Amino acid sequence: MNLATFKSRASVLWPPVVIGIGILALWESAVVLFKIQEFLLPKPSSIWVELLENWEVLRHASWETGKISLGGLAIGIVTGVAFAFFATLFRFFNEGLTPLAVAINATPIVALAPIFNAWFGVTGSVSNQLVVATVVFFPVFINTAKGLTEVHVNEIELMRSYAAGDWTILREVRIPNALPFFANALRVVAPLSVIAAIVAEYFGGPQDRVGYVITWNAGLARYDVAWAAIAVASAFGLSLFVGALLIERVSTPWKSAVQLEETTKK
Amino acid sequence: MSEKNAVSINDVDKIFNETRDDEVTALSNIDLTIKEGEFVSLIGPSGCGKSTLLRLIGDLLEPTQGSVEVFGKSAHQARIDQDYGMVFQHAGLFDWRRVSANIELPLELHGWSKSDRATRSQEMLDLVKLPDFGGYYPRQLSGGMQQRVSIARALSFKPKLLLMDEPFGALDEMTREHMQIELLRIWEETGTTVVFVTHSIPEAAFLSNRVVVLSPRPGQVHSVIDVDLGQRTESTRQDPKFFAAATEIREALRAVEEQE
Amino acid sequence: MKTAKATRVFFTVVFVIIFLVLLWEGYKWMGQQNDDHWPGTNFGLPIATNDTIMPHFVDVVGELTAEIRDGRSSMPMYAFLLKKAWFTFQEAAIGFILGLTIGMGLAVLMSRWKISERGLLPWINVSQTIPLIALAPVVVTWGRNQGLPDLFSISLISTYLTFFPVAVSGLRGLQSPDAAHVELMHSYAASWRTTLFKLRLPAARPYLFPALKLAGSLSIVGAIVGEISIGRKTGLGRAILEYALRYAIFPERLYASVIGAAFLGLMVFGMINLAERFFMRRTREVAS
Repeated sequence: MNLATFKSRASVLWPPVVIGIGILALWESAVVLFKIQEFLLPKPSSIWVELLENWEVLRHASWETGKISLGGLAIGIVTGVAFAFFATLFRFFNEGLTPLAVAINATPIVALAPIFNAWFGVTGSVSNQLVVATVVFFPVFINTAKGLTEVHVNEIELMRSYAAGDWTILREVRIPNALPFFANALRVVAPLSVIAAIVAEYFGGPQDRVGYVITWNAGLARYDVAWAAIAVASAFGLSLFVGALLIERVSTPWKSAVQLEETTKK
Repeated sequence: MSEKNAVSINDVDKIFNETRDDEVTALSNIDLTIKEGEFVSLIGPSGCGKSTLLRLIGDLLEPTQGSVEVFGKSAHQARIDQDYGMVFQHAGLFDWRRVSANIELPLELHGWSKSDRATRSQEMLDLVKLPDFGGYYPRQLSGGMQQRVSIARALSFKPKLLLMDEPFGALDEMTREHMQIELLRIWEETGTTVVFVTHSIPEAAFLSNRVVVLSPRPGQVHSVIDVDLGQRTESTRQDPKFFAAATEIREALRAVEEQE
Repeated sequence: MKTAKATRVFFTVVFVIIFLVLLWEGYKWMGQQNDDHWPGTNFGLPIATNDTIMPHFVDVVGELTAEIRDGRSSMPMYAFLLKKAWFTFQEAAIGFILGLTIGMGLAVLMSRWKISERGLLPWINVSQTIPLIALAPVVVTWGRNQGLPDLFSISLISTYLTFFPVAVSGLRGLQSPDAAHVELMHSYAASWRTTLFKLRLPAARPYLFPALKLAGSLSIVGAIVGEISIGRKTGLGRAILEYALRYAIFPERLYASVIGAAFLGLMVFGMINLAERFFMRRTREVAS
């Protein structure tokens, strides 16, 4: 890394870092100065202490919840993409399916959790994984179908002028066109999967998961532990989000290519 | 210019949404032949069906009545045989392919080997004077550069016919005039036939051997104007013969307007 | 043209609903015939088909008119659900309005100073990875200490979910005008405020409405989840939880209340669509 790229990276990084540290400092000092009771808002420092103290429990719980969100994420993405292809191949279905999916996506899907629990049992992880998968499915389906169908008419005409068939058009035009849309959906659903997993746990299930750890400790007024659990879950959600960003970067390199300077034009 | 026909359009009608409430007759009674090696422009007010006519030649649309032949075969066969290349107003490059990969796209679909493709795309980049830009993404280039890449892509498999739909319509005047000279140079070097849709009178006068003036609703051939400016350079734009041709086209277009 | 498309959509929706009901009943019938196994095999079905796990569709619909007890009074199920939905709607509406205000405030702040965008935007993104929704009980305890009604505390959960899409899309919308438009406003010596109201906000509308639709459904999710963790006398979320606990006795009631929640979501979605039509009468849509 030469000095110039280092400088440009630093200029991107320092404002959020400064604000982040600022928020933490403000939080810590506000709790101390205004003598806010710990149960309302624990200090970041005591959350950190509890995090270290309960590390084993939290690590285990977030891994259990993590498995549910990852599993649901995988099922939801695969079925969402598959349905998007299906809707693209059968244009008739797409005209009705997309508005339907958009409408269903507007309903509180997590409310299905108790029904899924009744179907698949509360003790295993299938039920909650399917809740996550359903939540993930709709944004993935809607966005990918949009990317596959909303192709510029000239691009299709060009391919037809090359006597290309539907399959070639799918491979050369529709799929690359859908990639940014898919990446967009991925960025949305990655953190959503963690939240959906935690909410689904509210309707019952094994007691070694993050959602339970949070409500249990909150119930005992051990709010700093609850906050520590939230911090761990956030870190997990954040790493999924960063993963989605990386996938976006790698799969759509043309999006991040920089416009040439005027001076290089001939 | 040979005597063989590149395109022959025989008594063609094109009706959209036939038998429905919103039926539109886009073209009616079109008869037109274009010789091999000719540069023919289609000009007319909007709604005259000039883009539709171009798409009939390219078999992107089918005529409701009549026939379109390209190099003595049906337009459909000509498309299957890849006898023409197409350039649109918006360069229509694929964002996700680098410039050289865009030029290679038709070659890839025709099953060319990788090394042949690379050689040809470099030749084409040289032809359109962008030798060093193969590795860039289209979005990184200016509009004029993108349009040159689009022409390179259309010419990459050496089609005998080039169909251009207002290719310079979105460019600024200076770039546009520069591109016109470039296009004429490429036309002379490659000997392809060009069918060129435009709404610019000077552009039609400057580029063409023949200008086909279309009248709208329904689209019909109003008149065909022959132009002979010989070898064209920047100074041709000040040539009285150029002005005379432009005036003739302008008068034909006025007559079309009055007809309405 | 437009009506033709609307009819097609309508028929697809009806078709899909009928298809799902037939699938449901067909699967149930098949399970009942073969003792919960795939016909002619020893493979068990993934979902049991008895009336507790999968009640008949007509029973779920019929349950809507059944008399149920709510505290000391008794009323038909649909009236009970409407009452609960109204409560949830109020929570969601307050949360939505607060989220809209905060989200737009952040968007304006970020569009005003580049440095605030650089500093805040990453944290706004990060905020949605924090499952603060899990802290609903804490928020409500805090609210009670401040003397706030539970309704308002729950709506704060909605606010946390709704401000995000508004802030992100609002920023994109405020930044959407061309340089030429901004320069035009400069040439009129227009102040930053005038440019905001005359140019940036109107230009942001097509970006804002898709975000508002998302925010609308998130506000309902927030309200329902917020209710789950606290308070008996709240809305649909609580009803769903209570019927989930008594599932073995009244399976139809759980289904009915979940369907009620879905309808509430659809209704809010429809309201925002109407608002969009009203505010966007004379503008075109943009691809988002």
